[in-house]
Amino acid sequence: MREITSEQIVEAVSRLCIEANCCLPQDMKDCIDCCSQCEPWAPAREILGHIIENYHIAEERCQPICQDTGVACVFMEVGQDVHVNGSMADAVNEGVRKGYAEGYLRKSVVGDPIERINTGDNTPAAIYWDIVPGDRLSVTVAPKGFGSENMSQIKMLKPSDGLQGVKDFIVKVVEDAGPNPCPPIVVGVGVGGTFDQCACAAKKALLRPVDRRNADPKYAALEEEMLEKINALGIGPQGLGGKTTALAVNIEPLPTHIAGLPAAVNISCHVTRHKTEVL
Amino acid sequence: MPIRITVPMSRQEARNLKAGDSCLLTGTIYTARDAAHKRLCEAIAQRKELPFDIRDACIYYVGPTPTKPGQAIGSAGPTTSYRMDAYSPSLIALGQTGMIGKGRRGPEVVDAMKEHGAVYFGAIGGCGALLSKCVRKSVVIAYDDLGAEAVRKIEVEDFPVTVIIDSLGNNLYEAGRAAYLASLE
Repeated sequence: MREITSEQIVEAVSRLCIEANCCLPQDMKDCIDCCSQCEPWAPAREILGHIIENYHIAEERCQPICQDTGVACVFMEVGQDVHVNGSMADAVNEGVRKGYAEGYLRKSVVGDPIERINTGDNTPAAIYWDIVPGDRLSVTVAPKGFGSENMSQIKMLKPSDGLQGVKDFIVKVVEDAGPNPCPPIVVGVGVGGTFDQCACAAKKALLRPVDRRNADPKYAALEEEMLEKINALGIGPQGLGGKTTALAVNIEPLPTHIAGLPAAVNISCHVTRHKTEVL
Repeated sequence: MPIRITVPMSRQEARNLKAGDSCLLTGTIYTARDAAHKRLCEAIAQRKELPFDIRDACIYYVGPTPTKPGQAIGSAGPTTSYRMDAYSPSLIALGQTGMIGKGRRGPEVVDAMKEHGAVYFGAIGGCGALLSKCVRKSVVIAYDDLGAEAVRKIEVEDFPVTVIIDSLGNNLYEAGRAAYLASLE
């Protein structure tokens, strides 16, 4: 058994909340830079230029890239040989509370979805637990803005809908979203599993760097085909026209039931943020 | 060349703007998003006074991050506008002439814009750090309990926006995309 203190978790989560919100991951920066050079439409190039300027300013001033500093999605991969004193969930929430206060991050969580009273400290976090072999604890904080979250969809397709049904659904979700989710977007897709597993796979797909394709060549090819189709829609940066509608399509397949073909599309904006620490 | 506009602006000034115009706004605007819009419309229904003069006003759909010491405002980019569609027609009818946000608007909003003379501006979504540099001053004037959703009176200087929907109902999301796709043919 390896001991990790709850204070270590609090500090890590707090740090990650601030860093994730102020510094865009390098793969995202590289991808946006690359797209701005390849974008054939001048108005779209200009918008991409402002987006690049914005993430530079945010990093220099240690200021949030976007005012929607999101729900704190915290992905915990807990080694089964790790022991933590006290509640790990409490430690994660304490870290969110600390990071959002000290980092001047926006508190965007309401406690009850109908009464809608802001909790004032951005807790509770959305925590995803995985038990893994080993004696390490990996913490990833992915602040998720809701402009893009609201444009996400899930559909319980029929097996007879097949691959074409999945493809059509992905393109439909992006078309429905149009200018709303702050394109250029990152498209996280879950296929298979149960209703909830499928949505979760779509969310986790957004953690994969935009320059890394699925390890399975079949899905890697599907990701590339979908990106090409989406970028032929013409929606463009901010929805004002152009090639760069999406930066990447990340697809995660899961085993599923003989009767089902769930597909979930979790849309994320050009500020797709996440940062990891391993304790 | 961008058009320089002083805000608040009259209905006539709003009617002069065309979808696709790049504008730089200078003057006073008010921030309000979901929860504040709900309260504004409840106040209208109850015939109570609004916390600011809605005539000729420009409302920015934004919930900024907390202000750091020494700065005028935190990151302050636009939020998605369609969530305000249920409320905007009432405010436009009372004299609101400008809305700043991002994303599509519903037909009920466009009808009110055409009838009374108002424009819908788009600011670049996800560029909150960049846009915050155009804000000189920010003061909470109502609904402080809403936190990020409180109504703020903010002073802006050369705040960059584009006319997305004009008072005739022309829509840059449709026109911009069509123009790009036509350029490929």
